[in-house]
Amino acid sequence: MTTLLAGRSNDLLVVPGLGSTTWDLAAAGDDNRNFYLWGAMGGAAMIGLGLALAQPKRRVAVISGDGEMLMGLGALATIGIQRPGNLAVIVFDNGVYGETGMQPSHTQNGVDLLKVAGACGIGPCLDVRDEAALADLAQRLKGFTATLFARVLIDASKPPRVLPLRDGVALKQRFRAALGVKA
Amino acid sequence: MTAPADWPDRLFATLKRADIRQVGYVPDAGHARLIDRCRADPDIRDVVLTTEEEGVALAAGAWLGGERAALLMQSSGVGNCINMLSLARTCRFPLLMLITMRGEWEEFNPWQEPMGLIVEPVLKLCEAQVYRVQTPDEVEGAAERAVQFAFGDERIAAVVLSQQLIGKKVWTK
Repeated sequence: MTTLLAGRSNDLLVVPGLGSTTWDLAAAGDDNRNFYLWGAMGGAAMIGLGLALAQPKRRVAVISGDGEMLMGLGALATIGIQRPGNLAVIVFDNGVYGETGMQPSHTQNGVDLLKVAGACGIGPCLDVRDEAALADLAQRLKGFTATLFARVLIDASKPPRVLPLRDGVALKQRFRAALGVKA
Repeated sequence: MTAPADWPDRLFATLKRADIRQVGYVPDAGHARLIDRCRADPDIRDVVLTTEEEGVALAAGAWLGGERAALLMQSSGVGNCINMLSLARTCRFPLLMLITMRGEWEEFNPWQEPMGLIVEPVLKLCEAQVYRVQTPDEVEGAAERAVQFAFGDERIAAVVLSQQLIGKKVWTK
């Protein structure tokens, strides 16, 4: 996450998913332009879509986990029709449900989120398997112009958690204030 | 006096006055005309969903970005939304739901009845303000009040359009 967001541009808005990607985003540095999810499992990509459509001059990165993406798989079909050029959906895929005891997810048993996204008409779809590909993705986040999907294969480890603000109203208000949208 | 059949146009006019810019929907016969109007409007982004809960998240994202959204669905879709409504409730996102009823009047398909029967109590348990509409004349006023409640108070407002208003679905073999 830290590598991905190094030198983050001012116009990049980030929506992580419930679970590790929210903790990892907080660990990479708190920011008013992060909308952390402590619930709404399966909703990250669709929040990103609504935000991307509402803010065409900014870029939106949804950065979620494989379990969270699997719960809202239909969102990839919905995004595949809309295809806003300022939306990136990035899945950190460790093949397990880290919050609930490291049970295997579908991706560990053959379900390929990269192919799902591609089959939904989203492209480019990037398979990120090493540091070089991750650096390339980080660079793309600064200037992409087509709906982007990336699967980032990560280790199934459990680093210490960094827990961000969990007051949903406060998260919403500070995010909207950071964008300067009207009340 | 409102012509009986033009209530979807009245709803559309309300959405326009409220400056709704995103409309999420799962295709629905009762909302067919309203969906067509939204799709034909260049200032409204119509977002066809695979399931209604996607629309709850879509509307939250829209509000984060400074736009207003509405969510159109049939009564069965309310059940699909329940957990995702936690997003709107926890963060106080405005959510305007326009719901066409099935399973409550002249219903041919008994599979519609279980969800149809519990739409209103479920919405109320989810802290939604429910505006029930029985006749065409009530549509516009209810929708206006729902808009005020949703976007003024950042709460969930649900306009429940009765099956009697919408009319009986004609089944042909």
